[in-house]
Amino acid sequence: MTRYEDPSATVAPTGPPRALDEEDLLPQLVAHLREHRTRLRQEWVGRIREAHLLQAMTAQEMSAETTLVYDNYVEVLETGSVEALQHYARDLSERIIPRGVETHEVVGIVLLLRDVLARSLFEKYQRDFALLNRVLDAYEPAANRIANTVAVSFVEERERVIRQQQDSIRELSTPVLPVRERLLILPIIGVLDRERARQLTVQLLSGIRTHRAKVVVVDITGVPDVDESVANHLVRTVDASRLMGASVIITGLSPEIAQTLVTIGVDLSKMNTIGDLQGGLEEAERLLGYAVSREDGNGGP
Amino acid sequence: MNDGPRLFSILRQGPYLIASVHTALDDSQLVRFQNDLVERIGSDRARGVVIDVAALDVLDSFASRTLRDMAEMARLRGAVTVIVGIQPDVAFAMVQLGMDTGRVVTALDLEEGLAELDRGARDPTAQRP
Repeated sequence: MTRYEDPSATVAPTGPPRALDEEDLLPQLVAHLREHRTRLRQEWVGRIREAHLLQAMTAQEMSAETTLVYDNYVEVLETGSVEALQHYARDLSERIIPRGVETHEVVGIVLLLRDVLARSLFEKYQRDFALLNRVLDAYEPAANRIANTVAVSFVEERERVIRQQQDSIRELSTPVLPVRERLLILPIIGVLDRERARQLTVQLLSGIRTHRAKVVVVDITGVPDVDESVANHLVRTVDASRLMGASVIITGLSPEIAQTLVTIGVDLSKMNTIGDLQGGLEEAERLLGYAVSREDGNGGP
Repeated sequence: MNDGPRLFSILRQGPYLIASVHTALDDSQLVRFQNDLVERIGSDRARGVVIDVAALDVLDSFASRTLRDMAEMARLRGAVTVIVGIQPDVAFAMVQLGMDTGRVVTALDLEEGLAELDRGARDPTAQRP
């Protein structure tokens, strides 16, 4: 293989170096990157540190991961197949996402590596501008594809994790609990999105029918926030329950939800709300005509 | 127009009338239902009416408006109306379509409706029971 270290070889206007076809450029490039692997990798790690990326990782992990990423990177440059990298990136994402590594960090380190390698190529071929151009022509698209693959894999993995978490939240079913005859409690915990609000309506209305409920206490202490459509849905559910002959008491509205409801102007005149679950139960018992008293005669609601 | 078999029945139970709908009614049947019921309230000197719609799985805007009107007419004729047996889906659909049902007294089923009438007239927007 023709060597390009000697600048005198490249000054000749026509000669064997020019005849070198594009296909030989990449292997040569890969050989160069393999040869200087340790130095380039250390330079890369230095740059990562400087940029304060991946601070969740220890030095050993950083060293192990960067070696793997570097090798994968060079391999993709050589073979042009991103599948192995895709697999690795997904695997890596799975490991680092729970530790709070952000998208910008992952993209950042890949771009840093791309930069480090490009600089090294620049250094090596700087004496022959035309050749440098051709080397970069071969290198850049491959490097871009790698950066793209890693970023997409990371984001996909993140989305998968988010979807999984949403599913598990949804699976936290909304139980309908009969407390006394004709009195139901629905404790709601977790984010109340559209789908879950719809589920809640179905559970509540069919619960009223099955248990022949007169009063239902819906406790939303565990709901962090609601948006306008969910709030309206809640109001409609309360209204529909009335049509089925049951009254609904909402308890545990957080200060945030109370503010949201008033700010977005949901019609709350039909909503019977009480501060906490205890108060809600007491009110429900009063509506149903129960009187709870302690045996010794003092205390009680 | 108002011939053929009735798709509803109006039965007398003590001082009350029990009007049940057997199947989905078209608009002319609804009008017939309304006429018959308002007439029977007078002739039977009924003090209360229970309208049972448990057999309906759809309630369109005309039907729910007619029900509301019937309740209002019954009130003018001296009877209290309770609508019973609204299915969960129907209840939610009615609310979702923004139908004004605010002044109609509703109860879960016939038994509840009769108990409601025994308790006497009351304001449906007030706290129940």
